[in-house]
Amino acid sequence: MKAVSAERKVELVALREPAPAAGEERPALRRIGRLRWGLAAGGVLLVIVASAVFAPWIAPHDPLAVNIRHRLAVPAWMEGGTAAHFLGTDQVGRDLLSRMIFGGRVSLVVGVAAVLLSSSIGVLLGLGAGYFGRRTDWTIMTGVNVMLTFPFVLLALAVIAVLGPSLVNMIIVLGVAGWPIYARVVRAETMAIREREFVLAGRALGMSHLRIVFRQIVPNLTSAIVVIATLQVAQVIILESFLSFLGLGIQPPTPAWGNMLGEGRVYMLNSWWIATFPGLAIFVTTLMINLMGNALRDWLDPHMKL
Amino acid sequence: MRSYISRQLVQLVVVVLGISLLAFVILHVLGDPVLLLLPQNAGKEEFERYRHLLGLDRPLYVQYWKFLSGAVIGDFGKSWYADTPAFRLVIERMPPTIYLTLAGLLVALLIALPLGILAALKRHSWVDSLCTAVAVAGQAAPLFWLGIMLIIVFAVRLRMLPASGYGTWRHFLLPSFCLGAALAPITMRLVRSGVIEVMNMEFIKTARAKGVAEPMVVVKHAFRNACIPVITVLGLQFGQLLGGAIITETVFAWPGVATLTVESIRNQDFPVVQCAVILLALVIVVVNLAVDIVVAVIDPRIRTGA
Repeated sequence: MKAVSAERKVELVALREPAPAAGEERPALRRIGRLRWGLAAGGVLLVIVASAVFAPWIAPHDPLAVNIRHRLAVPAWMEGGTAAHFLGTDQVGRDLLSRMIFGGRVSLVVGVAAVLLSSSIGVLLGLGAGYFGRRTDWTIMTGVNVMLTFPFVLLALAVIAVLGPSLVNMIIVLGVAGWPIYARVVRAETMAIREREFVLAGRALGMSHLRIVFRQIVPNLTSAIVVIATLQVAQVIILESFLSFLGLGIQPPTPAWGNMLGEGRVYMLNSWWIATFPGLAIFVTTLMINLMGNALRDWLDPHMKL
Repeated sequence: MRSYISRQLVQLVVVVLGISLLAFVILHVLGDPVLLLLPQNAGKEEFERYRHLLGLDRPLYVQYWKFLSGAVIGDFGKSWYADTPAFRLVIERMPPTIYLTLAGLLVALLIALPLGILAALKRHSWVDSLCTAVAVAGQAAPLFWLGIMLIIVFAVRLRMLPASGYGTWRHFLLPSFCLGAALAPITMRLVRSGVIEVMNMEFIKTARAKGVAEPMVVVKHAFRNACIPVITVLGLQFGQLLGGAIITETVFAWPGVATLTVESIRNQDFPVVQCAVILLALVIVVVNLAVDIVVAVIDPRIRTGA
């Protein structure tokens, strides 16, 4: 296992921003700058979340209403477009904008729910591995290595193929598959914290292992967990969309960004907008989440090794 | 060095065993192949007969042992769909996947190396900011959407390149660019931070003091040392790269292992899925091992565990 930990160390060092040389810059100023970006991203994200939550009141049309006469209508700003369908319509005349507003619900629900699940599993296993060490550590870290070797996409595909596609199955699959990254970081941090004086003092005072782990160690890990979880929401959203894109996720006619993109692919020869806009929605959402996660990291702990 | 390699080999075996177990559990424990194979109105005896025929009525550990002992000699059973050995089906599709992965890696390096070095040398200039912005955006763009956008622009609009297929070098351009663009951001950031870290070190000052020309300092002294974390992480990322190749293949109808896997999942052809998953994992594990050894050869600190 030792060789692996050395290799991880190299990776962590590489991903960390090196310390600025003296007089080269003013780090505080840059931090505020990045924080501002994070706040702006959070604002955009808030708009996306709000429009998903209030979709029935915001969406101009019923997302499932078929209107064959207006099928494949072009977006409003193009020649022949109407303001009634701002982003145009799809192959059976459903309003693209309304479907996109509703489609956000799926991605956000799956993203948040799966991340809650995977962070719970990952944090518990990481604490176990880091705190108890030895055999527990070896077993859990072998599990982590197996999972990290396996392409996440392939694993999700195989499980969905067996369980059948549904919203709940997708949350379970993405939730269960995503734990290793938390376990890895939590393990490393726990191993470091375990050796600190206050833990030793707790042991000397006769605190139980459970109390030490949850009262002394976990509070020191929250920033790291929050940052990883935020960034993971974006990853989960991309994967969920890919599964739906392949037809193995949310089933039509329920709108999801992924399955809209998948349906639109068939029509990309003439109607580029059906595939373009849902993908743009995924892109913007994940970008905003990433920006917010990066800012969160700088704000909570600029020295965090993530 | 020898003990280092043998330690890694043991780990390799453990990880491969873990993956085979994972694939077995997913396909045999979570799902019932017979239920998928027979029509729904088949009688109970029919089900039992088929279970017996496929050996599914035996204890799970016996089934796993049989599966494992077959897998070692490349016998993954016959495809339930095409009546040919699963192994042969998968092996036939392996070369396109490997070519695509390598081409993607090449594109990623062609983008990431010059930009990463440039960003590191002109740190905090507009070039650096631009590179970082593009990298952040690139990390958020879903691969399958990027692929479709590339098809819409270069195949449908400009009619410059084929939208899908395999054969000539022209077929390689869009898929490998798509895959490379997905891997480039993280590689670029690694190169950048690696070069920055190294440029602050004593031996760089020594080289400069000796009067070595600046381009020489960058290429011979800084870049070579910055390569270590880059190679390590690229090795670790290989699974992700292959995962990206899976997504890229499905978008561009590339005749590789991934399209075969997705087809097989749709057909519920479990032997092929199992075989594909395990062989892909094997490729990843072997590449990881090779990378570990290469890094250990370059950097003696790792193999001695210092």
